Amino acid sequence: MKPYKRKQYWNEATLTPWERAYLPEILRGLIITSGVFLRNMQRWITGKKGALTIYYPEETRADYAPLNRGKHVLTQRPDGKPQCIACNMCATVCPAKVIEIEAAFDPTDVAHPKYPARFEIDYSRCIFCGLCVEACPEDAIRMAKETPGLPSDDRRQMWLTLDEMLTWQPQRDVAKPYPPAGAAKKIGGAE
Amino acid sequence: MTQDLLVYVVFIAYAVGMLMTFGTVLTWVERKQAAVMSDRIGANRAYVRIPFTQIKLVWLGLFHGIADGIKMLVKEDFKPRTYDWYAYAVAPWVVFTPVLLVFGVIPFGGTLDPGRLFPSLAEWFGGRTYNMQIAQLDAGLLIVFAFSGMTIIGAMLAGWSSANKFSLLGGLRAGSQMISYELVMGLTVLGLILIFGTVDLGSMVRQQSGVVLGFLPAWGVVYQPFAAVLFLTAAIAENKRIPFDLPEAESELIAGYYTEYSAMKMGLFMFAEFIEIAIVGALFTTLFLGGYNLPYMNDAGFTLPGGTTIAMSHGAVVVTQLVVFLVKVMLVCSFQILIRWTLPRFRYDQVLAFAWKFMLPLALANLCVTAVLVWSHQGAPL
Repeated sequence: MKPYKRKQYWNEATLTPWERAYLPEILRGLIITSGVFLRNMQRWITGKKGALTIYYPEETRADYAPLNRGKHVLTQRPDGKPQCIACNMCATVCPAKVIEIEAAFDPTDVAHPKYPARFEIDYSRCIFCGLCVEACPEDAIRMAKETPGLPSDDRRQMWLTLDEMLTWQPQRDVAKPYPPAGAAKKIGGAE
Repeated sequence: MTQDLLVYVVFIAYAVGMLMTFGTVLTWVERKQAAVMSDRIGANRAYVRIPFTQIKLVWLGLFHGIADGIKMLVKEDFKPRTYDWYAYAVAPWVVFTPVLLVFGVIPFGGTLDPGRLFPSLAEWFGGRTYNMQIAQLDAGLLIVFAFSGMTIIGAMLAGWSSANKFSLLGGLRAGSQMISYELVMGLTVLGLILIFGTVDLGSMVRQQSGVVLGFLPAWGVVYQPFAAVLFLTAAIAENKRIPFDLPEAESELIAGYYTEYSAMKMGLFMFAEFIEIAIVGALFTTLFLGGYNLPYMNDAGFTLPGGTTIAMSHGAVVVTQLVVFLVKVMLVCSFQILIRWTLPRFRYDQVLAFAWKFMLPLALANLCVTAVLVWSHQGAPL
């Protein structure tokens, strides 16, 4: 039987004698890691943050992409009512079946008599696919870039209700003004 | 007699309490230090809520150690179906107990004179003094090696009795690795024994309170800097921590010889490992870092190189010595954790080659040089 010979690889590591001596390189590594340790400790002690990680959910990152699909918001008409007409299109298209809408009738609003009395999303099951936003015929549901305040001990705490989603303020939103250009003419006399 | 009993019960309580505290706190230190070293925050979610209030005490995640303990106590104690019941049950204790016993011969303070410390009890104690050390044995260092050698048996028992191939491989690795490094550890310490002329740890520390060459503290690390590095390396390998954690290499052997252990049995293995970090720290402090003394300090106070002496009251000396010992041990523990989070794991053949082809010759060479030097200085202080 031939003695075992280890296979030689094309990218076999080549070490200089200095690296082969092992101890100096170990010391260099220790100096690097302890340097990082001391630097971070000094930051913590002087009251600055010595870590790159975010302490979620107490802290959230400021650099979410503008197009990030995060928390749902319901757009509002100028009078503050939700633009939603409770057509259930979003609830139908939702792959995770997390949207629950209860429609109600408002005889005083001639243009939009049907409105949602209840509009709730179960964030413990939402997959943030954005299909509800695409399905909406009224541009009533959008997704903000911020994440919803999800962490909770109880899954029943993870539902977002109508009043929590009616946070969009059209006056402040430059990118998505309300009403959209052109839409105003269609509604016409209603305003 | 009753006085002796009282004093030694206090010593034992102090030592056990110190080791348990170190074992728990080191889990926290390990987490936090690793986190800070790698730009993270570290575990900080466990809290204790004051009853009937909403005040949650987080204390930088210090309670995670307690949370670990509770988790291990209430977990299912899984037992494999085919196993050697007796050896399986006894193995964690065989690992854990000797680790505690090693501390019995390590001096954690200088001479205690309870009569001077509590003048109201002076009559009762009648001028007795005690070295702050649980067992003053002439064979101190030999006891250390005898007991720390026993943990090998526990590891191999665990590996064998679990009836699991990964455990068996881990046990085999643990056995061969620990025996190899035990040898290196013994050889590195021989140099110190030659210099101090004793294996009694208390006497070794007392000899280290002087000065050498007029200004350097006569610590073991000054006499034997080379042996200090070798000893620490061998001790970390003996403790089976990264970069020498081959017996429990999780990417190869699941968890090595404690794969089949769960709940508090596994917790005992982990706890023994963390206490052994503290024991290694205490041994290194005692042998190489002057034990419980600050530089130029002895039981009477400070004797500075210039010849000036600063006398200290007995109480101040005792407290200083206890605190200095704890701080030194903590620093060495921290250094071990630094090594653990810096270096990657060796390959198995590299570990043994490192012990037999690299460290053993170096330790022998160090021993030879020391022997020649001690012989040439015979009679005269080094």
